Amino acid sequence: MPDTAASTSVATHCPYCALQCGTRLGHDSGGTVVEPSDFPVNDGRLCQKGWTAPALLDVRDRLRHPLVRDAVGRLVPVDWDTALDTVAEKLWRIRDEHGPDALAVFGGGGLTNEKAYLLGKFARLALKTSQIDYNGRFCMSSAAVAGAVAFGLDRGLPFPVGDLGGAEAILLAGANPAETMPPLMQHLEKADCIVVDPRRTKTAERAALHLQPVPGTDLALALGLLHIAVSDGWCDKEYVQERTTGFDAAWRRAVTWWPERVERVTGVPVAEQRAAVRMLGEARRAYVLTGRGAEQHSKGADTAAAFINLALALGLPGVAGSGYGCLTGQGNGQGGREHGQKADQLPGYRMITDSAARAHVAQVWGADPDTLPGPGRSAYELLDALGTDGGPRALLVFGSNPAVSAPNAAHVCDRLASLDLLVVADFVPSDTARMADVVLPVAQWAEEEGTMTNLEGRVLRRRRLHPPPDGVRTDLEVLHGLAVRLGEPADRYPTSPRQVFEELRRASRSGRADYSGISYDRLDAGETLHWPCPETPGGEPHPGTPRLFLDRFAHPDGRARFAEVDHRDPAETTDADHPLYATTGRVLAHYQSGAQTRRVTELHEAAPEPFVEIHPDTAERAGLREGEPARITSARGTAVARVRLVGSMRTDTVFVPFHYPGPGRANLITSTALDPRSRMPEFKVCAVRIEPGTDAS
Amino acid sequence: MPASNHVLVVGHGPAAHRLVERVRHHGHRGPVTALGAEPRPAYNRVLLTSLLGGTLTAEDLKLPDPPDGVRVRTGVTATAVDRARRLVHTDTGETHPYDHLVLATGARPRIPHLPGLLTADGGLTEGATALRTLADCERLADGPVVVLGAGVLGTETTLALLRAGRDVTLVHPGPHPMDDRLDDMAGALLADHLRSRGAHLRLRRAAAEYRPGKLALDDREILRADALVLCTGVEPETALARRAGLAVRTGVVVDRHLRTNDPRVHAIGDCAEFDGEAPGLVTTTWEQAETLARILSGEEAHHRADRPVVRLKAPGIDLACLGPPDPPGATRHVTLSDPARGRYARLALSGERILGGVLIGLPRATAAVGQLYERGLPVPSDRLGLLLGTAATERPASVELPDEAVLCHCNHVTKGDLLRAWRAGARDLPGVAVATRATTGCGGCADDVRLVLASATGGNSDP
Repeated sequence: MPDTAASTSVATHCPYCALQCGTRLGHDSGGTVVEPSDFPVNDGRLCQKGWTAPALLDVRDRLRHPLVRDAVGRLVPVDWDTALDTVAEKLWRIRDEHGPDALAVFGGGGLTNEKAYLLGKFARLALKTSQIDYNGRFCMSSAAVAGAVAFGLDRGLPFPVGDLGGAEAILLAGANPAETMPPLMQHLEKADCIVVDPRRTKTAERAALHLQPVPGTDLALALGLLHIAVSDGWCDKEYVQERTTGFDAAWRRAVTWWPERVERVTGVPVAEQRAAVRMLGEARRAYVLTGRGAEQHSKGADTAAAFINLALALGLPGVAGSGYGCLTGQGNGQGGREHGQKADQLPGYRMITDSAARAHVAQVWGADPDTLPGPGRSAYELLDALGTDGGPRALLVFGSNPAVSAPNAAHVCDRLASLDLLVVADFVPSDTARMADVVLPVAQWAEEEGTMTNLEGRVLRRRRLHPPPDGVRTDLEVLHGLAVRLGEPADRYPTSPRQVFEELRRASRSGRADYSGISYDRLDAGETLHWPCPETPGGEPHPGTPRLFLDRFAHPDGRARFAEVDHRDPAETTDADHPLYATTGRVLAHYQSGAQTRRVTELHEAAPEPFVEIHPDTAERAGLREGEPARITSARGTAVARVRLVGSMRTDTVFVPFHYPGPGRANLITSTALDPRSRMPEFKVCAVRIEPGTDAS
Repeated sequence: MPASNHVLVVGHGPAAHRLVERVRHHGHRGPVTALGAEPRPAYNRVLLTSLLGGTLTAEDLKLPDPPDGVRVRTGVTATAVDRARRLVHTDTGETHPYDHLVLATGARPRIPHLPGLLTADGGLTEGATALRTLADCERLADGPVVVLGAGVLGTETTLALLRAGRDVTLVHPGPHPMDDRLDDMAGALLADHLRSRGAHLRLRRAAAEYRPGKLALDDREILRADALVLCTGVEPETALARRAGLAVRTGVVVDRHLRTNDPRVHAIGDCAEFDGEAPGLVTTTWEQAETLARILSGEEAHHRADRPVVRLKAPGIDLACLGPPDPPGATRHVTLSDPARGRYARLALSGERILGGVLIGLPRATAAVGQLYERGLPVPSDRLGLLLGTAATERPASVELPDEAVLCHCNHVTKGDLLRAWRAGARDLPGVAVATRATTGCGGCADDVRLVLASATGGNSDP
C-alpha cells in the first residue's frame, strides 16, 4: 500500500499482543477511530486495549524532539544531527577504548520484523558487537527452546488459531487468555478447558477443570499427567512408536511421579489430575497449550518440554485438529525471535554458531563471515553486566522498558545508571528513557509500514494511517543515521520497510523461518501466509504453511523428541523470613511494562495502580486489610501495592501484576535465577513476606 | 573432599539409585560403585502394586540408567564389611574398597509364624510370597488370592488385584483395615470401599495354618488360597551392619549427617534408623539420598525428620493419614462425618496448626490439608470449606450487583454503564455492544449482559 497521508482508513492490526487482532483504523470528525475486522484470529472482537489503541497516537507526553542530557543532568531538546552525532561520537570513543563488546543493544518483541532484522544487522556490522539481546528472552524463550528440541522447529502455534475452535479438550498450562488475549476466548468456547494456574483467573473460572498448583511445581504436575496418561491407558502407543523417539528415557523420569506424590508436591488433587488426562484422552481433538505461567521459571524449558511430552504421549502434535502450542505474548514475539536480535541467532532462525548460517547471512550482508561476532550474553546477563569490568559501557534500547520489565529491577536500574552511555529510542518517555543520556523519539505503530508475525506464524502487514509528528523519525531511520556516522555504507541500512523486508527475505532463505516467498505484494493482495514460505523461482508461489508437522517433524528423521526432564524446586523456596510465594503476571488493561497503556486514560482508570492479591486469612495474619497499602519483600527488595482480598487465592501465595513503575514495580522482588537453556528469569515464583505499608511510601 | 573418594553403596534399590545419581549431580567425581543383590537393574519398587493391577509392566518400572562413571554390580550380595581395611566382601568372592560406605540394604518382609508357611530349608511354601521385589510379583500364582495383613501395602495390594479381576480375600487381625492409623469411622469406610470393589474381608481373624492352595483361619474357616500374599510388615535389613559391629537398634542408627557410629559408614533408606524411626516412605528415603549426596560431594547438609503423609495409592479412593492417630498436644478437633457418601475427616489441631488427622473420600481436602500439614502452615478460617473443598467465593447473580460492578472485564464495562446504555435506547446485545463495547472481547459476559437487560426491561418498561 502506498504511503499516503490522505488515506482515511487502513486495514492493520492492534499494536499490542501476539494475537495481532485485525482492525480497520481511520479518521473521523472526532479523531482516530478503530473497528475490529473479520481477521480470523479476532473475528470482530477487540479487548479494551485494542479499542482504546488510537489514544496512543495522541498521548499527552509524546516525545517530539531528541533529548540529550546536559551538563547539569537535565534532558534537553536538541536537533537530530546533534543527537545522532552525540551518540555516534560516544560509541566510537567507547569502542576505541574498550572494544566492540563494550557496546550493547537491547531490542524488543514488539518491533516489526524489519526493525528486528535491521537492529541485529546494525549490532553485528555497524557496532561489531556480540552484545545484543531482547526482551523476548523474558517472554517465550523457554517454550522456544523446548519446541525446537522436540519438533526441530519452534513456531508458537504450528497451526492457525481457528483450529482450536474444533477441539473437544484444551489444556492451558499457565495461560490466562481471558485477561491477556480476550479475543482468543471465542476459539475456546466449544472445548472443555483444563486450566493450570496457581490463581483462579478469569480463564480458570470459565474452565471445565481448574488445577491450582503451588507456584513453581508445574513441572511435577506435567510429569504426573504423563504418568497417568501411561498408567491409565491414554498413551497413543502407535503414534509414539511411529512418530517419536526418546519415550523410554522420558518415562523413566515420569515413572517416579505417581499421582499421589504429585499431589503432595503440587497440591493438585489426584482425582483432578486423573480427570484432566481423561478429558484430554477421551477427546477426539485436543490441544496442550503453554503460556508464561509454565515457562517463566528457572526450569521453564524443561516444564514446557514436560507438557510437550504429555502432548506426544497422547498423540496430539502434528495431527490435524490437535497439537501442542505456546501462546506467544508480545506483538511480534514470534517474528522478533526469528530475525537476529537474539544473542545467539541470525536471521531466518539460524544459529550464530553455525558456519553455514554465518556464510549465508554474511553474503546477503556483503560482509566477511569471519568478521561477524559470535554469541553474546542473554538479556538478563547482559543487563547484569552493564558497567561492570568486561561488561558493556554503552547500551542502545529499542522497543523495551527494562527498568520495569526486567527481573530484580532495582539492580538493573543501578546497572543502567552505571553506563557511560544509555540511548533509548521510544515514542513516550518510558521509565528507561527517563534514565537515558540520549532519547530518540521514534514513530509508532500506525505511523509507519511494516510486517509482524503473530502467534500462529502468520506474517501480517501493519499499515500506516498517517505520518509521524514533526520531529519524530522511524527506528529504521535512526539505525541508518547511526550506521553512517559509524562509517557504514548508507545502502546497507535502508529506511524503507519494504526494502528491508526484501533483504530479510533473502537472509531468511532456506533458514528454519523461511520468509523468502513472502512479499508485501502478496500480503497486500490479501494472501494468508504462514512461514515457512520459501521462494519458488519459476514455479507457483508457495502457499505458506499454516499447519506444520502433519507429515513429519522437522528433525532429519522426521520424528519428534521426548525430553528426559525431571522436577526440582524453584531457585528460592519459602523460609521463616519469607514464608509466602509471590507470583507475578498481567492484568487486562495493561500491556507489558505499561509504558503505553498507563498513558491511555480509559486503561489507566480501569487499572490505575499496583495491587497485591492475597487470601483473606493470609492478609489477616499479616495485619492487612482490603484497600490498604502493603509491602511485599523478597531477598532482593520491596514492592508496594494495595491489598486486594481474593478468597480463591492459595493461602501460601500472593500475586502482583508487573505493569507499574517506581516503588510499585513487581520486578523489585523477582528472582534472577535463569533457566540454564533458555536463560529465562524466574519471574513466576519467589519467596516473600508481606507487611502493612503506608500510603506515603 | 579427599583426593581418593571412592563411594561404595551396598544395595541398589530406590535409595541407592537416587544416591548415585545425585552424588554425580552435586559434583562428586571419585569412583562410585553400587552392589545390588537383585539380579536386575534398579526399578521403582513403590509401584509394584501398579504391576499387580495391570496398569504398568515390569519394563515400565525401570529407573534411569546410572550416570557415567557409576559402576553397578547386580546379583551381588555383600557378606562382610572389614572396617579396618575399608573393604566389603561379597558372595561372589569380590572385594570392594571404599572411602565412604553407604548401606542402603533396605528392608525385608516380616514372615509371620504360621504353620506350613516355611519349607524345611527355610523358604516359603509353594503359592506363598511376600511383596517386596519384582520377582515376588512374578511369583504370584493364578487363582483366588488371600492377602494376609491389611496395612497400607495389604490394602493397596488387595485393591490392585481386584482391579486386575482377581478374587481376593483380605485377612487381618485388627477390627478394620489399617487400624494402626485409622480410627473406627475411617476404618469402617475403608472396609466398605474394599467390599464395594469385591474384596472378601476377614477382620479380627488370624491365619492358623497354610497348605498349598488353602489357608485355615483361627475360627477354622478354610479359604481357598491359590496364592498367599504376605503383607505382614517389613523390618530393616541390618544383618550386614550387625556383623560389622555397627550400632543397630531397629535399624542401623544414623545421626543427622546420616552417619553411623563409624564416620566412614553411612546408611540411608529403609535400613536406617534416624531419630528412632526407619523411613517407610520412599519420599523420605529420597530426601535422605539427596542429603547424603550433598554431604559426600563436600556440601554442608543434614537430614531433618519430615512430617510424612501416608497416602493410599489406589485409583478411586482418596485416603490420607497425617501423623500419628492420636497426636499429643491437640487442643481441638475438627470432624466431618458423612458416611453415607463415604466421606470422613478428622483433624487434630493445636491452634491453627494441624498435628495429625485422617481424611477419606475428600479428594480436594486431601490435597490441601496434606500440604498444610507437611509444611506446617495454618489452616484457613473456613474449615468446612477446606474439608469440603468448595470454592471459596461464588459470585452472586449479576442483577444483585452494585452499579459499579464490572461485568465485561475485557472492556471494563460496569453494570451501571449497561443500564445507562439501556436508558439511552440499547435494547439488545448488539445495541449494547455498540454503545458500551461489552461482549466484544472474549464474549464471556454475554449471559450476564442479557440478564441485566432482561432485568432492566422487566423492572422498568419505560424509564
